[in-house]
Amino acid sequence: MSRKIEDMRYILVTDVGSTTTKARLFKNQDGDWRFLVAGEAPTTVEAPYEDVTMGVRNAVREVEELTGLRILSVDGSYIEEPYNGKVGVDCYCTTSSAGGGLQMMVTGVVKKMTAESANRAALGAGAIVMDVLSIDDGRRAYEKIRHIRNIRPDMILMAGGTDGGTISHVVSIAEYIQSADPTPRLGVAYQLPIVYAGNKFARKNISNILGDTFSIIFVDNIRPILEVEETEPARRAIHEVFMEHVMSHAPGYLNLMKWTDIDIMPTPAGEGIAMQLIAEIYKQNVLGVGLGGATTNVYSIVDGRFNRSVSANLGMSYSITNVMKEAGIDNIMRWIPFDIEEGRLRNIIRNKMIRPTVIPQTIDGLIIEHAVAREALRLGLVHHKTIATRLKGVRGEKAITRGITTQDMMDTYIDMMQIDIIVGTGGLLSHAPRRVQSLILLADGFQLEGVTAVFQDSVFMMPHLGLLSTIYRDAAWSIFEKDCLLRLGCIIAPKGIAKSGDRVMEVKIEIDDGSVLNESLKWGEIKKIDLAEGQTAKATINPSKHFDIGNGDGKTLVTSVDGGIVGILLDGRGRPLTFSDDKNERKQELLGWFKTLKMYPEDSIEGV
Amino acid sequence: MRVCKILSQNSEIKVTEKGYAYTPGLKIKKSIMIKKIRRLPVTGKVLVKIGDNVDFLSTVAEAMVPGEPHVINVATKLGIPRESLLKYMKKVEGEEVKKDEKIAGYTAFFGLWNNWLTSPTDGYIERISDISGQIIIREKPILVDVKAYIRGQVVELLENEGAIIETKASLVQGIFGIGGEKHGEIMLAAEDLTSYLTEDLITSNCKGKIIVGGACVTKDAFLKAVEMGVSGIVTGGINDIELKELLGYEIGVAITGQEDIGTTLIITEGFGEISMNPKTIELFKYFEGKIAAINGTTQIRAGVMRPEIIIPHELEVEKGVDELSGGMIKGTPIRVINEPYFGALGRVVSLPVELQKIKTESKVRVVEIELDEGKRIILPRANVEIIET
Repeated sequence: MSRKIEDMRYILVTDVGSTTTKARLFKNQDGDWRFLVAGEAPTTVEAPYEDVTMGVRNAVREVEELTGLRILSVDGSYIEEPYNGKVGVDCYCTTSSAGGGLQMMVTGVVKKMTAESANRAALGAGAIVMDVLSIDDGRRAYEKIRHIRNIRPDMILMAGGTDGGTISHVVSIAEYIQSADPTPRLGVAYQLPIVYAGNKFARKNISNILGDTFSIIFVDNIRPILEVEETEPARRAIHEVFMEHVMSHAPGYLNLMKWTDIDIMPTPAGEGIAMQLIAEIYKQNVLGVGLGGATTNVYSIVDGRFNRSVSANLGMSYSITNVMKEAGIDNIMRWIPFDIEEGRLRNIIRNKMIRPTVIPQTIDGLIIEHAVAREALRLGLVHHKTIATRLKGVRGEKAITRGITTQDMMDTYIDMMQIDIIVGTGGLLSHAPRRVQSLILLADGFQLEGVTAVFQDSVFMMPHLGLLSTIYRDAAWSIFEKDCLLRLGCIIAPKGIAKSGDRVMEVKIEIDDGSVLNESLKWGEIKKIDLAEGQTAKATINPSKHFDIGNGDGKTLVTSVDGGIVGILLDGRGRPLTFSDDKNERKQELLGWFKTLKMYPEDSIEGV
Repeated sequence: MRVCKILSQNSEIKVTEKGYAYTPGLKIKKSIMIKKIRRLPVTGKVLVKIGDNVDFLSTVAEAMVPGEPHVINVATKLGIPRESLLKYMKKVEGEEVKKDEKIAGYTAFFGLWNNWLTSPTDGYIERISDISGQIIIREKPILVDVKAYIRGQVVELLENEGAIIETKASLVQGIFGIGGEKHGEIMLAAEDLTSYLTEDLITSNCKGKIIVGGACVTKDAFLKAVEMGVSGIVTGGINDIELKELLGYEIGVAITGQEDIGTTLIITEGFGEISMNPKTIELFKYFEGKIAAINGTTQIRAGVMRPEIIIPHELEVEKGVDELSGGMIKGTPIRVINEPYFGALGRVVSLPVELQKIKTESKVRVVEIELDEGKRIILPRANVEIIET
């Protein structure tokens, strides 16, 4: 993009999601970039349409309808650019996860070393990883070959061996791939791309074995030495291949690529950039989540280290029954405060899977969806912790992800007590009718600990802004801050367990307007304190002797907390969160929390 | 799109003439031309030619797929350096081997020490690698074929892959199914198709047939159908808890069709007890006694596939019925696809432009509908589907 941002009036960004195509129009208002309007329509990558531009056109038409600005050409075959004073926009770009997104297989030699690094690199590039294959993954060789043949990835990322180390194992993996001869998912007319990021001294062998059948892209070794993990060259290559080989074969994408001013980016990559931007601006540890229809993406930026996990089959529409399967129906039912038979609940969840675009129309339907969402978040975080781990196989005490950080010997370095900011995005969270709903879903699903600020994507535009920030960072951040990032507030949740009637903590809140509040919380209680967005308070938190708020059991913490749309939540329910074994007591507990927090319209849950 | 204003119920509502946010409906077509692509999983030999008439079980194409691979790390097993592997091999790449035949090894100490590896299978040597030290023996290829699946005529050949079969037929798409391709005579289970399809309605007369049932099939009825050799069951719904019991496991993501259960099941409406759409019932009644093809394969995402019943016939093809619907307009027939009006039928009255607050307090795009019973309701556009005509 060579055009100057200050000369522009309108920017249009879309996200072609698995269920919905979301168009967002941004406007330059006297030098101040703001979000103007949103338009949405079902994605049309699947049969019977099989042309992604139809969904984009429909979403853009909604924008046109709501603004009166014509954006599409008269025959709808392209986007008018630039804005000429009457019609068109100055820039158009898009992210995409439709049609299954970017689906990859990754390989390495050792499961917990190079295979794990390759997995992280692919996930960081926005891929859904269909399989992680390694010499020691527990499958017999013929099973590996059969599996490689059966899955049809968009591309393969191969890692394995340090530079100068043994080459025989990575060659073995290449032989399995050659023997399996997998075909690409989108058409057999092109060679399946393989990004090779393994031992550089094995390149010639890899080329000899796979060169005739596959399109190989060689990049720097992902683990040149065991102590270093360098994912950036692989990530860059994956993005290039995604555009050149994968997107160009998806239905309608060749046309869409002609419409856009910059390359199409996988949605999770856009979302990931947005999360990193937040961590960078606030200089704090961030845990983010994109709770989508098909997948749940969790992002962490802890002490500067970025990681992304994608739970490909955890989502709120296409994958909703898999959440039911993985979590178990009892875990979903524990969040529901009214009587519902298991059979009926199962049917409701199944019907959402087969018609993924429907939305709840009743409060009961909304509460059920929120119950499933908590479980999707919980499982997504469990998965993320298996990805966000320190480098294994390192002999020394320090492992380095180049240019970033050192880690200790723990398996996962995600400690909820160390997370400063939680960010939620995705249709369900962004469209939650009351903001307190998304705050409590994140608190319950992730079991937040200590003092955590909670942000939310206002109308689902984080992927859009993440992509936009790659070309116009300041404009993107301006919109981010003013229109996208909703500060919901802050949650104070000590870790520990107790019994009914026990004291959990005393909290003194000194608000910057001079007012002072003293609160005492007993086990199982939850309280909300109003503290508006922009207001700050000094919080002195005295946990009981079996509770930890960040300084250790029973140790006082004095910290500053920011307000938000919801305010400050004092959570005395303990961590880990437990429920009464008695069904009626559990329901009363839930209803109590819902009422205290005004989660749903009072009259709708009054008679439950 | 033109936006206009109309007066409705004494208040001014801004409406559009056409709505784009909608869920496409499932097809229920009495007479259309259907083309089915019949393709091998790998390249092979096409056995039909253009103009051939084919039946449900006619073989269209066949191919040999590679047999199972056996990977043996010969260097490790023999305790030899990898780079010396070729020296110890008794076979070369491409050479045939028999089960228990010596493939690599050596004799030492004047024949007193024998260290030989034998082949675990009949097959051939696919690869010998002196870098990894392993060899791959491939079992003999296996013959796979692809059937015509429907009765019709070959209209196009796919070189080395298969053919396209065309037929005049009726088509009903279901919402979810299990089990693969089958065929059989259509038989209505009972006069009243709005109640449960129960065990007592499945008799020995149902063998090899496609039984069209009511609003819900019970687990016992389905198990009896399997026992009686019923080809397929088509019904409005099934309770998920019973589906889980039938399969012995829970379906996570909706990718089905590979279940080995004997009888294919297609539900046309959803999970639970939901009466079939009257148009679907009418169509099955009309074609009772005809032979149909049925396939329960369902994939909701990434290459969406809905289960289907295809009834080949000789009726005239209805003109324009296979065009894609362009969107909702005033008068468009719709079906409600979410609680609390799930399954209700009606017609579009208006399409308000402005977002409206529903009971959940969400602000969504809505559609005003007049239900067949005469009641007018406002629903999220996302919660209706167009009834394709």
